[in-house]
Amino acid sequence: MTAEAPSQPPSGAVLAEVALTRAEYDLAFDLLDRAPTDVELGIIGGMWSEHCGYKHSRPLLPLLPSEGPQVLIGPGEENAGAVDIGRGLAIVMKIESHNHPSAVEPFQGAATGVGGILRDIFTMGARPIAILDSLRFGPLTDRRGRYLANGIIGGIAWYGNCMGVPTVGGEVAVAESYRGNPLVNAMCVGLLEHDQLTSAAAAGTGNELILVGADTGRDGIHGATFASVDDPEASHRGVVQVGNPFMEKLLLEACLEALRTGAVVGLQDLGATGLTSAAVESAGRGGSGVELHVDRVARRASGMTPYEVMLSESQERMLVVAERGRAAEVQAVFATWGLHSDVIGSVTDSGALDVIDRGARAASLPIGMLTDAPTYTYEVRRPAYLDEVEPLDLAEIPMPRDPTDAFLRLLAAPNVASRAPIYQQYDHMVGANTVLAPGGDAALLRIKGTPLGVALATDGNSRTTYLHPYVGGAAAVAEAARNVSCTGARPLALTNCLNFGSPEQPAAYYQLVHAVRGMAAASAALGAPVVSGNVSLYNESGGEAIWPTPVVGMLGVLDDLERRCGMAFGADGDEIAVLGAGRPLLDGSEYLASAFGRVAGRPALDLVAEAALQRLVRELIAARLLSSAHDCADGGLAVALAESAFAGGRGVQAPDLPGGGRWDARLFGECQTRVVVSFAPSAGAAVAAAAAQAAVPMRVVGAVGGPRLRLGPIDVDLAQAEHVWAGGLAQALAGRGASV
Amino acid sequence: MNAAVVVFPGSNCDADTLHALGTVDGVRARFAWHADAALDGADLVVLPGGFSYGDYLRTGAMAAHAPIMRAVRAHAAQGRPLLGICNGFQILLEAGLLPGAMLPNASTRFCCRWVHVRVESARTPCTAAARPGQVLRLPIAHGEGNYRIDPDGLDDLRSRERVIFRYVSEDGGRAPAANPNGSVDDIAGICNEGRNVVGLMPHPERATEAVLGSECGRVLWDSLLAAVRA
Repeated sequence: MTAEAPSQPPSGAVLAEVALTRAEYDLAFDLLDRAPTDVELGIIGGMWSEHCGYKHSRPLLPLLPSEGPQVLIGPGEENAGAVDIGRGLAIVMKIESHNHPSAVEPFQGAATGVGGILRDIFTMGARPIAILDSLRFGPLTDRRGRYLANGIIGGIAWYGNCMGVPTVGGEVAVAESYRGNPLVNAMCVGLLEHDQLTSAAAAGTGNELILVGADTGRDGIHGATFASVDDPEASHRGVVQVGNPFMEKLLLEACLEALRTGAVVGLQDLGATGLTSAAVESAGRGGSGVELHVDRVARRASGMTPYEVMLSESQERMLVVAERGRAAEVQAVFATWGLHSDVIGSVTDSGALDVIDRGARAASLPIGMLTDAPTYTYEVRRPAYLDEVEPLDLAEIPMPRDPTDAFLRLLAAPNVASRAPIYQQYDHMVGANTVLAPGGDAALLRIKGTPLGVALATDGNSRTTYLHPYVGGAAAVAEAARNVSCTGARPLALTNCLNFGSPEQPAAYYQLVHAVRGMAAASAALGAPVVSGNVSLYNESGGEAIWPTPVVGMLGVLDDLERRCGMAFGADGDEIAVLGAGRPLLDGSEYLASAFGRVAGRPALDLVAEAALQRLVRELIAARLLSSAHDCADGGLAVALAESAFAGGRGVQAPDLPGGGRWDARLFGECQTRVVVSFAPSAGAAVAAAAAQAAVPMRVVGAVGGPRLRLGPIDVDLAQAEHVWAGGLAQALAGRGASV
Repeated sequence: MNAAVVVFPGSNCDADTLHALGTVDGVRARFAWHADAALDGADLVVLPGGFSYGDYLRTGAMAAHAPIMRAVRAHAAQGRPLLGICNGFQILLEAGLLPGAMLPNASTRFCCRWVHVRVESARTPCTAAARPGQVLRLPIAHGEGNYRIDPDGLDDLRSRERVIFRYVSEDGGRAPAANPNGSVDDIAGICNEGRNVVGLMPHPERATEAVLGSECGRVLWDSLLAAVRA
């Protein structure tokens, strides 16, 4: 029977190591009707961590719409969601955080984040076709901030480039709030035919469990539990894993080939809490039990205990469920790819996880107890800080004396400047599918052998969410969908990553609840259900929570790739117009933050107007009426116009901007629900008629052409402005001040 | 033309290269496995881009000793066309089939972007259909493309018209800013003495279809097809 249970309750220190509260320990005791062994305590702690058990966020997630005819696999069912894109094809997608490891060891932390999300995709039987990364850094004026940022970027590049999966998009923002806690959210997208969808279920009594890939070492033990507590710096030493993208590339090819044998009934990657959650989750899905023989697990270090083997987070490992009697067939495929594999156990009908070490039972726990972590909800109380940040008195904000100088400073700001210094470090073209590369609104990939394109974007605005959690959550969805719509693609589904502070703090809990409600409303309004996601709480250091940062990864589909649109101005003489009901305000703008150090105001979003705008933009693109379409976001209209001008190598003549009020609010102010489009003068009447029909406001602001950017009172040489914009982030990452 | 694209563990442009070759009428392309001994009558052998053996030891160093390389050497010794792209170029250097070596990019960073290269010689099976001086718009994606060779070797490459591609500006002129990695003499691609072995850092297989932004790479496939048929 089970190795002797301790006679005394564990000390506080022991419970802290497995991140269980005393009450949770007592609950486990009651459920088992006995004291758990050390190994069992580690397993329970891992499975009941926020990272695996979602104990604080699970009660909120049903708020998010997750249904629709396009949804093949919804959230929580498998390692990733799956979406029907037509023609018998499906897209598999998920985004996941690797914030805490990246705060301690940025290069490996980010790299293994990419490795983990890739495995989530190919366990589904899909070939990964794209990676996107949503990053948040602390100030780059700070040496450690630059160390973290450059390490994170380098780690993503190292892993993704070696894998041969293009990193086609993402976003990055810099704010004081992330100084001690950068965010690394990695999204992966895979492609497969419907009948290739593979489950991560361990079903069929007697089927064999094969562990393949890297040997198991002591690295990463307690990674999941420590991702779920405060102060990653103190707790993560020795916990961060080290990646091996070459091994993962072999695993990818070998797993996809092994699936073709027909002998594989389930695939599950080893991520947080390693073998423990892989076994428990796959048994949970299969409604079965599993018996694991830890002594059969190939090890990197000698003397490892069953506890260490069960909780190791060594990377590049997969658990394969093979049909009984066919394990050798599957192992032969792995051997072809030079991979070591072992049969380490089997599927049982016990409904329990049984861990056996050299014939002795080290753990025996009911699967249901492990997959059903206790949940917590708290009272939702509006935090006091909202009353302080909401009013914005414009009289306090001086008008800049030199509009052109103010514009150039904004172009050079790390949150506005060109992202090329980052995405050029990523191979964004491997795969030979990249039609619209990073730097635009959304990346667009063709699907070989079909007329289809898939558009992908990630978005999230933490400043907006800090000022108004509900609007911020909704805006993350709306902006990601708007980016996708600007290529002509129809938003189809999304994956989300909720990066918040400790849910045990009232302000962070309020932010979490309201942001999720906002996301739910926008997801419903824009017809893009949530098919997968990840929650990362306890993002704080030194007692301060990060700004609430909901991040959305959006999938759009373009039925006819020929009817696509980019952001670049296309021809001199084209007219430029702003579509949409949004009215620019300095509230929460990048300009207000970067020029005046103020984060204040009350952002707003009208989801009905947003849906109408996006539908109109897609219709105009499908009718081939537009030369360009570009979301008007950070930096406002002036920056949106400049970005389209830089991309097209053509200036802008817009000396008389419409609207009233301060010129800086009109040019640098921000809002949701605006898209800058350009079109041939001959198309102007048709564009205006379509906008009127859709009841979407349209305002012509100027024309494409000339060697200068003339935007209201701003007048600057196009090449000079582009030089400043192109160098801003590169200089910040190199620790040099921007030169304006 | 029968083309073989060699797959090493860690190759990741193998499928893209096969796909690009498949868009050319008259080409039958297939994979050849690193552990195999024979190339089964391939007219053209391509060593594709990627991270063979994870770049362990040095880029291309381990692939140069893979079992298939014996057949690749024999293929080259018979004067048949052999093309190495990116990591394939690095492998040809490590195998001694082309002279010189690669250093990390001068920036010390991986760099993926569009570049312009000028065809410096049409006297190879890879460039026979190109016009000398023709400017091609091709993508690069590498961390170690900073080509180096000793002064005598460089003299030899230059004097025998063995520099096949150079990084240039859009207008075809030489310029420091046009060189993305610090390569000596702006070299992007070279050939062997027999002129049948060519290595280049840019990726023609990513510039074979208009939808991907350029068809400039197609001139390599057209050249090879014509050369094999001749």
